[in-house]
Order: sequence, then C-alpha cells, then structure tokens
Amino acid sequence: MVMTREEKLARINAHQERVNLIFEKIDSLGLLGKVMKLENSKILEYIKESGLKGRGGAGFPTYLKWKLAADQKSDMKYVICNADEGEPGTFKDRKILEEQADKVFAGMAICAKVIGAPEGYVYLRGEYNYLVPLLTTKMNAFNDEMNKLGLNFTLKLRSGSGAYICGEETALIESMEGYRGEARNKPPYPVEKGYLGKPTVINNVETLVYCTMIVLNEGGKFKTFGTEISAGSKVFSVSGDADVEGIYELELGMTIQEFVDLFGDGDTKAVQVGGASGFCVPRKKFKETIIGFEGVPTGGSMMLFNSTRSMYHILMNYMEFMQEESCGQCTPCRVGCQQLVKGIQAIKHKKRPATYLDDLVKLAKSMRVASKCGLGQSVANPFISIVENFREEIIY
Amino acid sequence: MQGSENIVRKAVRKYGKGRENLLPILQMVRKEHNYLSEDQLREIATEMDLSSADVYGVATFYSFMDMQPKGKNIIRICKTITCFMKGKDSIVSALEDALGIKMGETTPDRKFSLLEANCIGWCHKGPAMLINDKVYTELTPEKAVQALDEYM
Repeated sequence: MVMTREEKLARINAHQERVNLIFEKIDSLGLLGKVMKLENSKILEYIKESGLKGRGGAGFPTYLKWKLAADQKSDMKYVICNADEGEPGTFKDRKILEEQADKVFAGMAICAKVIGAPEGYVYLRGEYNYLVPLLTTKMNAFNDEMNKLGLNFTLKLRSGSGAYICGEETALIESMEGYRGEARNKPPYPVEKGYLGKPTVINNVETLVYCTMIVLNEGGKFKTFGTEISAGSKVFSVSGDADVEGIYELELGMTIQEFVDLFGDGDTKAVQVGGASGFCVPRKKFKETIIGFEGVPTGGSMMLFNSTRSMYHILMNYMEFMQEESCGQCTPCRVGCQQLVKGIQAIKHKKRPATYLDDLVKLAKSMRVASKCGLGQSVANPFISIVENFREEIIY
Repeated sequence: MQGSENIVRKAVRKYGKGRENLLPILQMVRKEHNYLSEDQLREIATEMDLSSADVYGVATFYSFMDMQPKGKNIIRICKTITCFMKGKDSIVSALEDALGIKMGETTPDRKFSLLEANCIGWCHKGPAMLINDKVYTELTPEKAVQALDEYM
C-alpha cells in the first residue's frame, strides 16, 4: 500500500499525539518539588516498573544503573548527562535539548536525589556549541530553583571538542578529567568508579527525559507502549531518502516495513538502523525485523536508502568515519578500521579478488571480539550487514 | 608572547589548576588565540604542573583544538552520508571557488578556514555546515556562498 505524503503525515501525527512524552510541554521544574518529596525507593520502583532501558543505544536498564550507584558508599557522587550525540544520522538529543532542557535537568535532579549526588554535568558535543547560551541560561534558572527548594544539587556544563569517541561513557569521563578521550577497561563501571574515581551515573539526554516523565506520571503511560522486551516509546531521527525526514517519537516494536511505509519514498532498498555503528537491514528483511532490543536496537538513527544509492559509497562513508573517529589506543580498532577502508577500495579497483571480502569480514569479526570499547566492537555491524546483503555492489 | 601568556594565565585563573579543568582551559585559549601554539601548551603545562608532552597529547587528540593558525572564521562542512547524498561536494566546490582555497586550507588574509566535519547533527536538513558555532542547513551552492557575506 503506497500512501501519499499527506496520508503519511496524518498517520505520523496521529501516532505522535498518542505517544507524546518527550516533547509534551509541562512545567517540569515546577513539578520537581513534588517529586523530591517522594521516597527514593518509590522513584526506583517507578523506573523499574516502566522497563526503561538506556536510550543512547546500549540499552542498559536505567533502574539497575541508578540502583547500583545508589548502593555505593562514597563521600561524593556525580550525575552526568551524555549530550555528546555524534552518531551519523542521529540528531534527536539536539532537538530535545533545544526544546526540553528543563525536563533533562529534572531527570538529572531526580537521579541525583536517588543516588545522593550533589553535582551534575551536561557534556555537550562541540558541534552543538551554539546551544551553550540557551543551556547556560536554563541551567542558571534550574540551579536557582534547586536553591529555592533547598536541595543540594548543582548543574554545570562541559563542552566537547570534536571527538565522537567521547560519547562512550568511560571516554567521556577521561575527557572530563582532562585526558585524551580514550575508553577505559570495564569493570570497574562508572557506577562504582566514574568521574574523579567517584560513583557516577551517565545517562543519555533522552533517557533522562523519560525518567522525568515516568516519575511525574507515577509510571503512567510509558509502560503501556512498546513490547515486553522493548518497553516504551523512543525518539527517532529519520534521514536519507525519506519523504518525511525529521525527529519523531514512536512506539518501539514496529517492523522496519511499517516504518518504511510511513517514512520511505516508495523505493527504499535498505535502512541503516543505529547509525554508522548500527545494522543495515535490506528490503527482503523489512517485514521480519523489529525495531527494538529483540530485533535491531538503535540509539534512534534511521537512515533510508533508495535504489539509486550505491551501497559501496555508503559503506565507505561509514568506514572512513570510524577510521577517523577511532581513538587509536587499541590495535584491533585503529588498524582494523584502516584495513577495512583500504580493503574495500582495493576490491573495488580490482587490486584484490572478490574473495578478499571474506577475509575482511573475518577481520571485522575479530574487531568485534578484540576491540576495547563499543566503537571498535560495533564496526562489524555496518560492515558485515552491508557486505552480506549487498555483496555485488561492493565488488562491482 | 606577552599576549599569549596573559591568555593562558587568564584561563587557568578562571577555571583553576585541577587536571579536570584542562579541556576548558585549552578551549578558552584556542578560542581567544585562534589556535594552540606549542609555547602556549608549554605555558599551560607549567601553570598546571603537568608535563608538556601530556598537555600536547591531550590537545592533539581533539579535532577542534587547532594546532596550526586557522582563519578567524572556521567553516566545517558535514561530510557524512546524508549530507554527501544531498550534494555536499557541490557545496565544497562553490566555497573553494568563492574563497580561492582548497579543502583544509586557510585564506591568505586569515579570514576563513575550510574544513570537513564528521557529522554535525543536521542529517535531515543536509547539506549542512557550521561557520564557527552557527549552523547553516539545506544548503545550495548559492546559499553557502551567500552565508560568507556575514563574515566578510
């Protein structure tokens, strides 16, 4: 069934109105006083019941992260909002910060109350520096509100400097501590030893807004959305060959086919779910692939490609991105990324036989096992999924 | 030299000597001086009681910490996939022609540097670019060149 653009927009709008949590306009700071009177155990219960998993892409249960940090005995703890959104195809956090910064800050305050943290930081990617004046104003107002409520919690803003890897939570901590943004070995996890060696909760921008909404609504409608494994709604950034590009909050659990029917241009041959570190789903798998943790997990990036696009160019673009953004400290990622780029170029230019692609797939699989952090481990996702599904486009 | 010393000291005084303040200090010096010179990195190291190799290692890790003199205005054109699909190359050509420089270079009058960026988060409105901190989206070659007027 092919819908017109107007029909698609009407459908999408109906969906948006139903699930609207992230962009719903509420007086979150005004309501914070009420939330701050709740028992910590009650707050944790709401988050646990909601089934919320981190919206940055990794999907760790938010309740568990907060509980683990709350259980730590320490003279100091921190809450950090990871606003270092840098995955190609992802731009949801930017819009959330532009429109709903108060709800992000409220989520941080709720987390701070639960774990006992007097200080919080928003780590904003350098490419979003134009948001600094807006966020500073909002943050000052927030800090005043905290003072008025008699709460011991202060927020500060930190800016990144153009390093994608700093979105990885331990690299982010290294960067905040004044080092190169290189990932740390885990364990210890940040909830035990995070910023300046103290227990730290790092949550994505979107996760924090959902926390605010879940606690304000006492569980509320969040858990009525989604599936058993992927509860709730999620903000998606839609780009590429799409009829209606933009930022949309959708229920988790829809199939790629349903997604493509709503957003595609009628000729979608592949959807890259989760950006340059995500998976490429080809047309033949649209119907059976669920968007969520039971199918393709995503931090929100959905890039659509139609039949006019060369998957070789797309793969090259992703691999060059990874090659440049690898922090370089571990060999599998540093050298692996470079060799994947060189390898597919060599095949394309007939300097290597097509069977060399199988060796490159093995290399990508080794990187998945041997790389130190999520960046190197996830390079295999786009590489293998594109090579396996569009092999002829890579070779010829 | 006197000028750069002041910038370094001013930054260290503003943020404090704790190691965790190194990035904001580097950012401030870079912003005020347009790039980070080796002398400045050494001064920062002395002021913060760190080794200069350590400070150099941190500064060179981050792509926004320029180690060479750059133009007063830095143009960063997004080169990732959706901007590429929507004609990023024609934007680069138009800007190269208008400025008389190639990608990666700085104009002789040091007004503009032309650089590529790895995704600036405007994939739904590509091609997109940043001039300093300001975002320009849905560019055409004409719109991109017109944007330069604001900085002339």
